[in-house]
Amino acid sequence: MNTYFIKRFIAMIITLWLIITGTFFLMHSVPGSPFNEERTTNEAIQKNLEAYYHLDEPLIVQYGNYLSALLHLDLGPSIKKSSQTVNEMLGRGFPVSFELGFYTLILAVLSGMTLGIIAALRHNGVVDYLSMSIAVLGISIPNFVMATFLIEQLAVNFPIFPVATWSSPKHMVLPILALATGPMAIIARLTRSSMLEVLTQDYIRTAKAKGLSPVKIVFKHALRNALLPVVTVLGSLAASILTGTFVIEKIFAIPGMGKYFVDSINNRDFPVIMGTTIFYSAILILMLFLVDLAYGVLDPRIKLHKKEAK
Amino acid sequence: MEKILQVKDLRVSFSTYGGEVQAVRGVSFDLHKGETLAIVGESGCGKSVTSQSIMRLIPEPPGRITGGEILFNNIDLIKLKEPELRKIRGANISMIFQDPMTALNPTLTIGEQIMEGIMEHEKISRAEAKKAAVEMLQLVGIPSPEARLKQYPHQFSGGMRQRIVIAMALVCSPDVLIADEPTTALDVTIQAQILELFRDIQKKTGVSIILITHDLGVVAQVADRVAVMYAGKIVEIGSRREIFYRPQHPYTIGLLQSVPRLDIEKAELVPIPGTPPDLFSPPAGCAFAARCKYLMDVCERVYPVQSSLSNYHHVDCWLQDERAKKLVSTLV
Amino acid sequence: MELRKQEERNISPDIPDEWFVPKVQNQSEAEAVVRPSLSYWKDSWYRLLKNKLAMAGMAFLILLAIFAIFGPIISPHSVETQKLTSQNLPPSSEYWFGTDDLGRDVFTRTAYGARISLFVGLVAALIDFIIGVVYGGIAGYKGGKTDNLMMRFVEILYGLPYLLVVILVMVVIGPGLTTIILALSITGWVGMARIVRGQVLQIKNYEFVLASKTFGTKTGRIIRKNLLPNTMGPIIVQMTLTIPSAIFAEAFLSFIGLGIQAPHASWGVMANDGLSTILSGYWWRLFFPTLFISLTMFAFNVLGDGLQDALDPKLRR
Repeated sequence: MNTYFIKRFIAMIITLWLIITGTFFLMHSVPGSPFNEERTTNEAIQKNLEAYYHLDEPLIVQYGNYLSALLHLDLGPSIKKSSQTVNEMLGRGFPVSFELGFYTLILAVLSGMTLGIIAALRHNGVVDYLSMSIAVLGISIPNFVMATFLIEQLAVNFPIFPVATWSSPKHMVLPILALATGPMAIIARLTRSSMLEVLTQDYIRTAKAKGLSPVKIVFKHALRNALLPVVTVLGSLAASILTGTFVIEKIFAIPGMGKYFVDSINNRDFPVIMGTTIFYSAILILMLFLVDLAYGVLDPRIKLHKKEAK
Repeated sequence: MEKILQVKDLRVSFSTYGGEVQAVRGVSFDLHKGETLAIVGESGCGKSVTSQSIMRLIPEPPGRITGGEILFNNIDLIKLKEPELRKIRGANISMIFQDPMTALNPTLTIGEQIMEGIMEHEKISRAEAKKAAVEMLQLVGIPSPEARLKQYPHQFSGGMRQRIVIAMALVCSPDVLIADEPTTALDVTIQAQILELFRDIQKKTGVSIILITHDLGVVAQVADRVAVMYAGKIVEIGSRREIFYRPQHPYTIGLLQSVPRLDIEKAELVPIPGTPPDLFSPPAGCAFAARCKYLMDVCERVYPVQSSLSNYHHVDCWLQDERAKKLVSTLV
Repeated sequence: MELRKQEERNISPDIPDEWFVPKVQNQSEAEAVVRPSLSYWKDSWYRLLKNKLAMAGMAFLILLAIFAIFGPIISPHSVETQKLTSQNLPPSSEYWFGTDDLGRDVFTRTAYGARISLFVGLVAALIDFIIGVVYGGIAGYKGGKTDNLMMRFVEILYGLPYLLVVILVMVVIGPGLTTIILALSITGWVGMARIVRGQVLQIKNYEFVLASKTFGTKTGRIIRKNLLPNTMGPIIVQMTLTIPSAIFAEAFLSFIGLGIQAPHASWGVMANDGLSTILSGYWWRLFFPTLFISLTMFAFNVLGDGLQDALDPKLRR
């Protein structure tokens, strides 16, 4: 078990390194300096600025510097907001984004699984068709459309919730709802189909032949096996929630990381773009790693398989 | 002999895309205490459906029991409601399925899977259940049972898993054990061991066994009585000796001739030509008529009347009619 | 025979004697296959026809295609012409979907947006298909080390959040329609490649393929009769599901200002423009683009689901 996770950990570091390198050279391949598009700077100041940000050094040296700074978890200064470092911006934005993303994930997972299980147990019944119709709708409506719809109905037409910002639990309801609908629908569909498949398995018939009650069969025998495929998509689902926060934060004017990211893209503030990308990727890779760990705990076969595969 | 289970005119249908399939079309047999009854037939003849209907385990829908009685201790299982059925399943009648690789839940320890059955039916503590599980594993011949209780199914070989499945089925000491192709998925050497285990267990516990199989070799080894099924009906039933040495139904004869035998010199292997009929619209007469070399006009028109050759030996075939006998004697 | 030894005599009185005459067995009849066999594609097609929701989705998509092609032609207004005298007009006989804050016709712009969305979706799906089939096919066919290496690369790409990659590409080469398609294609083919590889690997070893080979069946026939029905299903389904995700990505990017740039029309751009109208009450400017995005995604999703059910050979009875 340990060798597997050590290998997995090394692979994780390599992936992250590839992303860092890719992002770095991609950003530096953009023609021109980030300073010369603006009219305010004259040539001397531009040179000074480039020297200050080490942009005058050879690319490979810059890359080395960037990597060694990263080892100290230093993402460097922002170019456009001169007094701020990328670390400071992330430090301010991340807790908010994390809150939004975390609650969304929890809501999506819990409601999605519940919906999927009920649909599977009432297969081909009214509840099944109803919840699956809701799920297809949930997948089809983009989160920004959902967000505008929610604002229009629940904040403007019926002012139950505030329109924007992130200052109280009441402010959080609409953004979380808007962001959770899609992932919830995906989880519901996946849980349903996986549950339906598990329910036809031989070991479910064995459990029935033992005289176990339906409740025991579902919760003890079916659910755990049915949730395995659901767990595997949690990583990529977290990714889509993360990117979803960009647009939700923009619509609801939430001061999260996504806002800095979108701003930095529009300002071509490369250190911020780079820092945010790397930070996001690190989180996601960590998520995928955790999902793998969880999978290993849920499925006793995993440990042995991996060892045998070696 | 005491009858522990009586199946009377059981009929089961499945509704499918193409219409209603009559998988079981009036099956009757008795199971006596302490005996092994083998049900043999080609795949699709309805033997598995029959066995699963006894446990009321056929998926409904699409399956449906359309008629008949299944009497266990004079209770008709067909009329029972789910909660009452659950008390019988696993406790009085238990079942072993074909593939031991898929019959066990991969994410639970085998100890848990053996114990949950007995804890469902009897009011005993976990420690007592564990003790029972250990005893059961010993009975089915699994070494160091205490340690193995904590292991998962994937850590066992196929033969071992089938032993575990048998232990699981026997843990509540049931009266009837239904084994649906219990050795088909196993290696030949393991098959022999498992069959040996069945005989051993029957001697020790006195359980009655219904053995579903397509393998006449298996039947020869363990069965006391044999029922031959074809296209949803039992066409011939009798003691093992009667079926193997005095087969009456052309289908039974065909089955025996299509199996290699070492005890008869120069015995030729004769396949049965053709395929079983379509059970969407079963024929009015004998279902085997289309493949039978003794075909007569009557076979296609009317289903044969059952003839009894002894107390146990019954056959559904027109060749038993006196008028046909003359014909056969001139023919052969 | 054993039968002659039988001593007991049975006679069923109600059966006439003349029925007890031997009959010659008609062998061909006994061997005849009862159910007429439908070809795979016909069978799947009939099953799809039965799925009402999927058919509704297909009907909507056909109408949408007509709308995209002919909408801008039959409309008396052009996409970009601004008329400051007719700002924010509600839907009327003159402006069917109303006008926006610059006096542009929302109907024409929505139809134009349909063109963009369908174009992006179809082209992205096609590119994914080509790269995915070639890459996955090679990996699956070669197997071994090549497969291992190729799939390691795919795994790394798969782990990347694709919208993040898309955004990075946009930053580097600047926004625009080609950029969107390029950016979507960089990571989009990965899913297809995995599916194709899995299928090829599985089918390579299927016994029925081996069986066909040993019977001396021609390669072309094996591919047509065995491989295609078993691989095309998941591939077609994957394609129908790629289209809505590409459409969503375009709308998403345009919405946050990284996609199609004004004055060009795209549903994402229009939705972003219309966002401010929630408070002003010019509902049509937000309603039509968002309605069309949602309906299109919905139609593709239900069609994809329907195809998945219809094409799965395991469901055949």
